[in-house]
Amino acid sequence: MKSYQEQPRSSSSCAACKFLKRRCTSNCQFAPYFRSDEPKKFAKVHKVFGASNVSKILNEVAEDQREDTVDSLVYEAEVRLRDPVYGCIGAIASLQHRMVELQRDLILARARLASYVGHCSLSSFLDDHGGLFMAPNFLDIPESNSLPFDQFGRFHFP
Amino acid sequence: MNSGRCAACKHLRRRCLSDCIFSPYFPPNNPRRFAYVHKIYGASNVGKILKDLPVSRRAEAADSLYYEAYCRIKDPVYGCVGLITILHQQIYNAQWQLDRIQAEIAALSTTTDHRSQSEVQQVENVGSSFLPDQNGVHDSNSFYDISNWFD
Repeated sequence: MKSYQEQPRSSSSCAACKFLKRRCTSNCQFAPYFRSDEPKKFAKVHKVFGASNVSKILNEVAEDQREDTVDSLVYEAEVRLRDPVYGCIGAIASLQHRMVELQRDLILARARLASYVGHCSLSSFLDDHGGLFMAPNFLDIPESNSLPFDQFGRFHFP
Repeated sequence: MNSGRCAACKHLRRRCLSDCIFSPYFPPNNPRRFAYVHKIYGASNVGKILKDLPVSRRAEAADSLYYEAYCRIKDPVYGCVGLITILHQQIYNAQWQLDRIQAEIAALSTTTDHRSQSEVQQVENVGSSFLPDQNGVHDSNSFYDISNWFD
């Protein structure tokens, strides 16, 4: 993989350095991921995470994973700015809710199929496998009572 | 007044005032909670997010910030976006399975009683792949268990 440190010094600053009003050097950590024609991208992550924290996170990951890291940080920042209360957790809860519904539908569909192929009656299938309605906990929140839970202790999107 | 400091002010080594924005949501008995959000967002950004919200929504915001920070510390590359991707995949797989089973049911429900024995066997072979085995276990390798992420 090409080392970004070998790039010649660019005459134009990256979006991060423009935003931070500083010189953009040839080994600028942000330059590969925050191009000067995408100013909003850095503005969003700066608002939510801060430049210093983004830098620390990027330093923790391998170079070939930094682009994915930046993309996920930008996504998280966008969602948090759109929904300052729940951020991505809101999306997770919504997807989780959908998953529980699908699991329930699958149990019922399997039961119907079982009765059709003659393995057992519908009621006995549900008697044996009704426990499968209990979907696994995706989010366990031991110390937080403010988020709405359903009866299975899962974070429930309001 | 050190004994009354919230986790944030203890972490930041400062006095905890009576109107501290963090103290209702970062109690002193859970230092990890603030340490995580501080590591990912920084105290200043968390304070701004909380201050911009009505008081009634701040507890939920603090919780979601904590969980997103936790996810990011556990997975620095994808954070909670990784969970979203996994859930999307699980939903896609489950929907696919459901569509297949419903198609099987539709096919069986229109089958007449005069079908041949081999046809019945074929349908049973295909249909049974969606059923649990004798121990009640499904071949649910598409269900990625992430419940232990928050242990």
